[in-house]
Amino acid sequence: MLRYTVRRLLISAPILLVGSLLAFFMVAAAGNPAAEMRGRPGVTETQVKALESSMGLDQPIIVRYWNWLIDFLGGDWGQSIALGQAKVDVFDSTMRALWITARLVVGAEVLAIVLGVAVGVLAAVKQYSIFDHLATSSAFLMFSMPVFCVAVILKSYGIQFNNVLESLGMDRWLSTVSPATGGFQGDFGEQVFKYTGTYLLPTLTLALVSFAAYSRFQRASMLETLHSDYVRTARAKGISQRRVIFRHAFRNAMIPVATLFSLNSASLLSGAIVTEFVFGWRGMGHLLVQSVRSFDPYMLMGWLMVTATLVVLFNLAADVLYGILDPRIRLA
Amino acid sequence: MPSDLPLPVLPALTHGPSEFDATKARKQSTMVLRRFFRHRLAVAGLAVFVLIVAFGFLGPLLWTVAVDDTSSRAYVPPSPAHPLGTSQTGNDMLAQLIRGTRLSVQIALVVAVGSTVVGVVLGALAGYLRGFVDGVISRFTDLMLIIPQIAVAAILVRALDGSWYMVAFILAAFGWMQVARITRGETLALAQRDFIEAARAAGAGTRWIIFRHLVPNMIGSITVNATLAVATAVLSETALSFIGLGVQSPDTSLGLIISENYSQITLRPWLFWGPFVVIVLLSLAVNFIGDGLRDAFDPRQTKVRA
Repeated sequence: MLRYTVRRLLISAPILLVGSLLAFFMVAAAGNPAAEMRGRPGVTETQVKALESSMGLDQPIIVRYWNWLIDFLGGDWGQSIALGQAKVDVFDSTMRALWITARLVVGAEVLAIVLGVAVGVLAAVKQYSIFDHLATSSAFLMFSMPVFCVAVILKSYGIQFNNVLESLGMDRWLSTVSPATGGFQGDFGEQVFKYTGTYLLPTLTLALVSFAAYSRFQRASMLETLHSDYVRTARAKGISQRRVIFRHAFRNAMIPVATLFSLNSASLLSGAIVTEFVFGWRGMGHLLVQSVRSFDPYMLMGWLMVTATLVVLFNLAADVLYGILDPRIRLA
Repeated sequence: MPSDLPLPVLPALTHGPSEFDATKARKQSTMVLRRFFRHRLAVAGLAVFVLIVAFGFLGPLLWTVAVDDTSSRAYVPPSPAHPLGTSQTGNDMLAQLIRGTRLSVQIALVVAVGSTVVGVVLGALAGYLRGFVDGVISRFTDLMLIIPQIAVAAILVRALDGSWYMVAFILAAFGWMQVARITRGETLALAQRDFIEAARAAGAGTRWIIFRHLVPNMIGSITVNATLAVATAVLSETALSFIGLGVQSPDTSLGLIISENYSQITLRPWLFWGPFVVIVLLSLAVNFIGDGLRDAFDPRQTKVRA
């Protein structure tokens, strides 16, 4: 297992390296802050040239890539060179954004897996029952719903709920605009109140969409195992229904869900981007939108490298998980 | 064999109608269509899809208010003159919705077709030629998979422009990897079969084998995946336009309409729920069509009797 993990990591390194080269070319070709200046009134060509050389944009692209790469590997991810903004360190802002997004995504994913697996198992055990039909149709509906619509709808209900709370003379609970920076103050009860209020709606948004996929996947895979020969054997031996379902079927039915976990990582990220957009969080989504708008090359590179590395790690994690869950699979 | 033994008596070859002539040979397409049309949800999905396409493409013939006509007041509530009210800039929302539906459908279809063609060709090449070509294509696919499509699309749309065909082109160019992987896997299995070897022995070239032998044998999964790609493309494009990095104003798409109007959801709900219903119906319909096609192409795992 360890050897496999190490080898996979070694294979990923050149892919990430080539990926960084392509990404750098794409980002550089897309545009830069100095070129943006060119179109503005009252800006002369010499000013643009001066700006370009101050940003190091006048060098050939290969040189720029090389310099960036060496710095990047050394831990210096460069600085944001967006116009009209304070120069911030790319590493710091990316990590800060990642931390915000991670708290959102991890909570949502845990919620989605737990709910999705539970609903999927129940729907499979009680196939064609009312519960199954209800679960199936709601999963289909959630599948077809864009994440941003779920976010917008939940947000509007959150505002209405807050208004109801306020009319009852209570504090507004659910936060629908960007969360306060810094930690939550107050005593323990107050902190829980603020924490849940801040996280509930965005987490729910992301969880609902992933939940649909997990429940469908779990249901299909559970049905397959329930109809397999060894489950029939277990039943024939007189093992109780509960034991057959949980000890025999469920454990094996979990295996395909592990694949979904990795496939889902990319769509989860794009889901997080729009969710943050609606709820005004300053996470990875906000960072991407900002950097794209201002053609901030180093910030974009930092963003792309972080997400690409995460996707690689997620895929690896899923494969390793697969090997742990299914002893028939030998990772070599 | 001794020649004086009597020859086995063969039934006389009769000319004229036999029991075999009564059953006509059925083509795969006929059978698939027959099974598809027995799938009630799929047929409903197809009907809804046709209605939405008609709404987007034929709508302008019936509802002749111009999309860019801003002569009306801002935020007029629904009325006979503006069944869905007007936007902040005074555009008629029904006209906008028709235009947005058309562009979103157009983009989704182009993306689905484009990514399927690229994915199938690359996947089949990798799976059939194996070796070096497979290595290059597979590594390239891995490479493309690690960068999130929404980020690349956002960067390129911002750099090029937000016209509908550019958005479609970019989404297709970064959305073919899943199809390529599936096609490669299927090709690897198919290429071992005797009929491929026979074709090769008969002197067929790579192009001939891929397009005349491999692709027709994978048509089921290709069609199903292309259909599901339409649903994915609808969601990607609307999400991209929603965060303002997809289709750009003055043109519009379902995602852009929602982006411009979602702040009005409590005050003027019709501005949000109109485009919302179209997106959800569109994506539901396409998913149902995909499900029906899957059952129709692969009767072994069907829930509907053929």
